[in-house]
Amino acid sequence: MIKIEHLVKNYGTNCAVDDISFEVKKGEIVGLLGPNGAGKSTTMNILTGYLSATSGSVSIAGFNVLDNPMEAKKHIGYLPEQPPLYMDMTVEEYLIFNYNLKGCKLNRTKHLEEICDVVKIRDVYHRVIKNLSKGYRQRVGIAQALIGSPEVIIFDEPTVGLDPKQIIEVRNLLRNLGRDHTVILSTHILQEVQAVCDRIVIINKGKIVANELTENITRAVENTRRFQIKICGPQKEVLAMLRAKSGIVSAEVLSQRDGDAYTYTIESEVGVDIRKNLFYTLAEKNWPLIGMEALGMSLEDIFIAIVDQSSNKKKYERRSTKGRTKVEQEIAKNILEKTTAQDSDGFSALFDSDDNKKN
Amino acid sequence: MFAIYKKELRSYFINAIGYVYVGVFLAAAALMCCYTTLISKTYDTGTYFTMLLFSFIILIPLLTMKLFAEEKKLRTEQLLMTAPVSIWGMVLGKFFAAATLFVGTVLVSCINLFPLYVYANTERLSQDAQVFRIGPSTPEIISCVIGVILIGLAFISIGLFVSSLTENQLAAAVITVAIILVMLILGIVNEFIHVYAIRFVIDWISIASRFTNFTTGILDYSAILYYLSISGVFLLLTVRVYDKRRWG
Repeated sequence: MIKIEHLVKNYGTNCAVDDISFEVKKGEIVGLLGPNGAGKSTTMNILTGYLSATSGSVSIAGFNVLDNPMEAKKHIGYLPEQPPLYMDMTVEEYLIFNYNLKGCKLNRTKHLEEICDVVKIRDVYHRVIKNLSKGYRQRVGIAQALIGSPEVIIFDEPTVGLDPKQIIEVRNLLRNLGRDHTVILSTHILQEVQAVCDRIVIINKGKIVANELTENITRAVENTRRFQIKICGPQKEVLAMLRAKSGIVSAEVLSQRDGDAYTYTIESEVGVDIRKNLFYTLAEKNWPLIGMEALGMSLEDIFIAIVDQSSNKKKYERRSTKGRTKVEQEIAKNILEKTTAQDSDGFSALFDSDDNKKN
Repeated sequence: MFAIYKKELRSYFINAIGYVYVGVFLAAAALMCCYTTLISKTYDTGTYFTMLLFSFIILIPLLTMKLFAEEKKLRTEQLLMTAPVSIWGMVLGKFFAAATLFVGTVLVSCINLFPLYVYANTERLSQDAQVFRIGPSTPEIISCVIGVILIGLAFISIGLFVSSLTENQLAAAVITVAIILVMLILGIVNEFIHVYAIRFVIDWISIASRFTNFTTGILDYSAILYYLSISGVFLLLTVRVYDKRRWG
């Protein structure tokens, strides 16, 4: 449905998008992720024909955006970062203007009513946009993108400025749209991507650093085991034992002290459950285990790790001992390597083999 | 294109700007008409139309200042540029909206000339003798109106172009005022220049000096072509501004 090939966009000497290629299939929801200034909005602007690429090509529904912009644009509904609203119009006038602008052929009253029901703006339909709250303005912006029921829908940060309930509504809406539309959305909110998207494309400094199915990344997150444990016993010996133990990637002691017990954080290897094993070992040594808590690893951590690694490896390694954990590092590295090598099965294979090991 | 045309025309009358423009235009035209014909006791309308041109210095920027500047400020140009409308469609939609309001007002302001016809009628009745010609010359008025409209359209396209360069409406208005002022004043400045070559060139460029033919009832084709080309060139430049921004 959408095909991007070797897209490059330079602003003067500044390279905003650097050789991006990816494809989006029909009915797929793809999340475009990246830190500020990574090139997400630029990519979207090029997709929609607002900007022209320096080189490379984009085709939407088989029409090249540069060679055949009119046809390509007919297949796109676009909500830019800042919803393009005419403040002095009422919602009704604005939607009718868009309906005419897009040369829509559907039954006007019925079509607009449907859209208003979908984004829930019925109650402000006759109000002037200037007087609407940010959430409603955002929804009017979304409504605008849906007019004409385009095959490709592109949203630039659609949930910004909405309240939590509205965010959930918009996510549900996006999921529903994904059934018969192709959706690309950009966002900073990682849960959103996880909740909505089939695939995640992470961009940093104009380059794609990861292009992965959401389930793979989620699985990677779930497979990680990080624990905070409390052990009574001599600190140095316990730490030495933990570090030496097979299946444990890293162990750190925290400064918290509770009587003669110390708190440690440990990380097990991906896919290895070390809890039982650890318990028996400690029992053998006569060091009572008085607390164990699993520390979840969030998508955020992986995202930050990926971005950090892709932007500056040395800087990342220096910081990693403090902040990031080794497993995150590992996952990020794998994703990065996979993307660079363009090896489609590398990442999944890694986890498949881990699963096998576990079984 | 039609959607944009409709939207622009409508927006003139949602904001006060359309009413201000029409009101000021009609009031100024009526006043000038009084002074140049009725009070000066003449049927010659040439001066009236020439003065009308000078009112465009203030009036045309009112029409054109917000056309693109506001879109850029509100970021709504993104909507127009990503809609299945060509850049030409967008520019022409806006141009024709301003042109419609302008031409409409000029035509309405022709009412001002009716008293002249009424006076001419009574004067003709009061004089027993067959006077050769009393009253305003209709062909002259028609050619003047055509000239005024063409010059106005040229100014509108200049204003449109300036508006596409900035996102500040005020800046757009001020620059447009300056350009129109210079274009009109060239003809007057010319009278103080004694070097023939310079005078010839300025005379050729000047919008006002080409208008003199119209005031005598001559439809000067070269002038018509000149005014139309100015419109065309500035519309083309506006399109180029948007084309270039894409590649920027």
